[in-house]
Amino acid sequence: MKNFRNYTLIALTAISLAACSSDDDADIPEIINEEEVITTVTLTLQSGSETIVLRSQDLDGDGPNAPTVTVSGDLDVSTVYNGSIEFLNETESPAEDITEEVVEESDEHQVFYTPSTGLDAAVTYEDFDGNGNPLGTIVTFTTGDTAGEGTLTVTLRHEPNKPNDGSLSDAGGETDVQVTFPVTVE
Amino acid sequence: MKFYLWLSIALLSITSTAQECTYTLSGYIIDLHDNEVLSGATIIVAGSEDAVMTDSLGKYVITGLCANNYTLQVSHPACETQIVKVDVNSNTTRNINMEHHLESLGDVEVVAHAHKSKSRTATEAVVNHDFLESNSAASLGDALKNLSGVTSLNTGNSVVKPVIQGLHSSRVVLITEGTRLQDQEWGVEHAPNIDVNAAGEVTVIKGAAGLQYGGDAIGGTIIIEPEQVPVKDTIFGRTIITGATNGRGGSITTSLIKSYNNGWYGGINGTLKRFGDAEAPDYVLSNTALSEKDISVRLGVNKYRYGVEGSYSIFDKESGILRSSHVGNAADLSVAINSQEPFVVEPFTYDIEAPRQEVTHQIAKLKSFYRFDNFGKLSAQVDYQRNNRLEFDIRRDSDDLRPSIDLQLETFGGKIDFDYTADNSITAKVGVSGNYQDHFPDPSTGVRRLIPDYQAFDFGVYALGSKNFGKWTLEAGARFDYNRINAEKFYATSLWEDRGYDVQFPQFEREEFQNQIFVKPEFEYNNFSATAGASYEVNDATTVSLNYALASRSPNVSELFSDGLHQSAARIELGDLSFNQEVANKISLNFTRSTDTWSFTIAPFANFIEDFILIEPTGVQQTIRGSFPVWEYRQTQARLLGFDIDNNVQVTDRFEFSNQFSLVKGKDKTLDRALINMPSASTRNTITYHIPEVNNLKLSLESNYVFRQNEFPDTNFDVFIPETNTTELVDISTPPDAYHLLNFRSSIDFAINEKSKLNVGLMVNNLFDTSYREYLNRQRYFADDLGRNVLLQLKINY
Repeated sequence: MKNFRNYTLIALTAISLAACSSDDDADIPEIINEEEVITTVTLTLQSGSETIVLRSQDLDGDGPNAPTVTVSGDLDVSTVYNGSIEFLNETESPAEDITEEVVEESDEHQVFYTPSTGLDAAVTYEDFDGNGNPLGTIVTFTTGDTAGEGTLTVTLRHEPNKPNDGSLSDAGGETDVQVTFPVTVE
Repeated sequence: MKFYLWLSIALLSITSTAQECTYTLSGYIIDLHDNEVLSGATIIVAGSEDAVMTDSLGKYVITGLCANNYTLQVSHPACETQIVKVDVNSNTTRNINMEHHLESLGDVEVVAHAHKSKSRTATEAVVNHDFLESNSAASLGDALKNLSGVTSLNTGNSVVKPVIQGLHSSRVVLITEGTRLQDQEWGVEHAPNIDVNAAGEVTVIKGAAGLQYGGDAIGGTIIIEPEQVPVKDTIFGRTIITGATNGRGGSITTSLIKSYNNGWYGGINGTLKRFGDAEAPDYVLSNTALSEKDISVRLGVNKYRYGVEGSYSIFDKESGILRSSHVGNAADLSVAINSQEPFVVEPFTYDIEAPRQEVTHQIAKLKSFYRFDNFGKLSAQVDYQRNNRLEFDIRRDSDDLRPSIDLQLETFGGKIDFDYTADNSITAKVGVSGNYQDHFPDPSTGVRRLIPDYQAFDFGVYALGSKNFGKWTLEAGARFDYNRINAEKFYATSLWEDRGYDVQFPQFEREEFQNQIFVKPEFEYNNFSATAGASYEVNDATTVSLNYALASRSPNVSELFSDGLHQSAARIELGDLSFNQEVANKISLNFTRSTDTWSFTIAPFANFIEDFILIEPTGVQQTIRGSFPVWEYRQTQARLLGFDIDNNVQVTDRFEFSNQFSLVKGKDKTLDRALINMPSASTRNTITYHIPEVNNLKLSLESNYVFRQNEFPDTNFDVFIPETNTTELVDISTPPDAYHLLNFRSSIDFAINEKSKLNVGLMVNNLFDTSYREYLNRQRYFADDLGRNVLLQLKINY
């Protein structure tokens, strides 16, 4: 590739010198679509026929536009929800499913769910890595009997200390995703 | 020789007839090899009894000559005697070059220590060969740090950038053996790629007075010169082995030079360094191991009239970046700052894992000179440099071993200089230089390019000179530089529009691809720089000089094109396409008093920089990974004031005391506040005890006190911490406390045989294992600086 590019350059330079014209746009460097980026996080909570979708979407990646956070509805008190999370890179077409990568390297990842103090809810891990430590792409989300408002923060950590006590500070590692959803329990 | 002499005398006595004899013949006797003047040379006019000697400036005057062809016999204790013929028809000036190599024959070090001022009026500092040798295992930045006014900007312990009177990176020009180092010194974590062991001497010009090297050296110029090779049949070299406890590693460097009487010479220099994780007093600094391999070779011929040298060097360094400094987002950064210990402390290892850098720098060069009698020296040089830089970040997919950054910078350069040497009271130099540069960021990294593809063209022309009028020396110079840059870059369309570039620079737009836009920015800059100065010799001991330097620097590619997340720094960096040149006006004063027992220099300066480019935090940006601090480049009116003091007292024959103090105050005049990242005031005091009769034993104790930087801008920001459901202040501004380090150095010589000498050195840095953090170390948020380090050094000269 490098050689090819050098030859192109030499050829272009020769042509532009000979023709005495400014260089044209034929020589475009290879475009890079950021592979490391996650644009979309979707947490789906399901109880019976009710489905609540919490989504954060940031289509310009690290660009200046902030992510758009949407929550499709309120949660019910004293209800058990089956939760599953999906990470996508939508800068590529078709979108790349990062969840698969997280599951494949389960021992290097963990998703943390952190409800704020005003939110009466508990999260239980339902999937585990090869060493039996929690992974967190599938969870059970159980609301208590107190109605209220608060936030739920979802954090994907890369290379956390495993096992850990479930807190972000004990886990260490790098944050790949951190999204805070406003949640109401009625 | 004698035959010609007697023949001349015989001829002269025949042809001489009575005539008016009132003419004067005068000139300087100059060492051919380093242009030093030779005092105490004897000139005998053949056929007469007239014999004169050169004065301390190397000047001779012979009076009462007739219009005739004279033969002079010129002799000097250190040179081969020469016979020179001179036509005298009027008062005549004739400079005579001599081969000054008998002295260097007996002692090679005499040559290595010969130092020629680079500028007559600017403030200069020199690191000599001995000091470089004792820092054999360290980096160039560390070795220079011992000069007053020079500090360092670190990313951990092995990535060290020199800072001259508060300025660094693109503002400091590095010249290695006449070649401007074209490495990727755009950002803080790009250290110069130089092996200190290949240098004979390093000179630092504080400020932009070194016009022959470049007009954009707003901070200063660092000139690295190799050891001089004597014209003589000889072979010599040295090997230095250093072992260090901190990092549990060491370095070995060896050099060998072979030269011949006919002027041919060759030299080779190799260095190997290997260190494991460095250690702070309380913990291992995980992933700070280092590996370096350098080789340089040169081959040339140095004749009376001409010389040619070809050389090649390769510098290859791999260094780990502190594991704990790799944080995910601003919340992680806040936790790291508030935590006393680093996140990751692993057992000691020699392994170098991600995040790490791997830099290879190659220089190939051909240079030559031709000397014109009684006129000057013409030098020409062509060089090629290739800098390849790989940065390996921690990837989400740990099986992916590709670097995140793979940059290759190729530079083709050429220059021609002419040095006028016919009159010793004048120095004059003119020159032209040109560069073509091609930067290629390899797309196979799969990570968007931090620095775009670009081609750059530079062309410079300069003239400078100085003239001596008795006690006064005046100096002046001017330089013009043309820079052109043609870049090819993909921007995120949202950023392109957010910055208003779609309105300001629609002519650069070429094509849109989904959420990226391809642009071809082209910029041209015309830079003018100049210097003027005067130096006055008050008496034999005291000299005062004043220098004014005007310098212009074009914005560099990272200042123009940075856009987006800089992974390893956990920050979003934004450049600005609308930047124009920085223009600096610097006035520096230099007062030197030097007697046998006391030398003292005070050098105050004022540097006013228009459109000074700096990067500092401006806020927080939300992404799906959490919030990130945004660091934006901006231009401002800056003012730097400061002074350096050097003080050296020879108390007795054995006891010496030296003291340095440096202060810089940087002000952002536009915002009326302190400039970010200005070095703290510091002082260094050393006592040395020397016992020559005990194998030249030297003992010294050095105290280095660094004050707290009390002047800094408040660029703190708030960040939401989900765990505690609170918003917390991220204190990235507040500098760390003052600190004091004690260092011990000792050395002793042992004679191995007539020619070889073994020098053993024992050094202890940070004697009391003090925990400290340095304001200009980017990793100060994450970990303490280096703890105690005991170094043992063996140096064999042969």
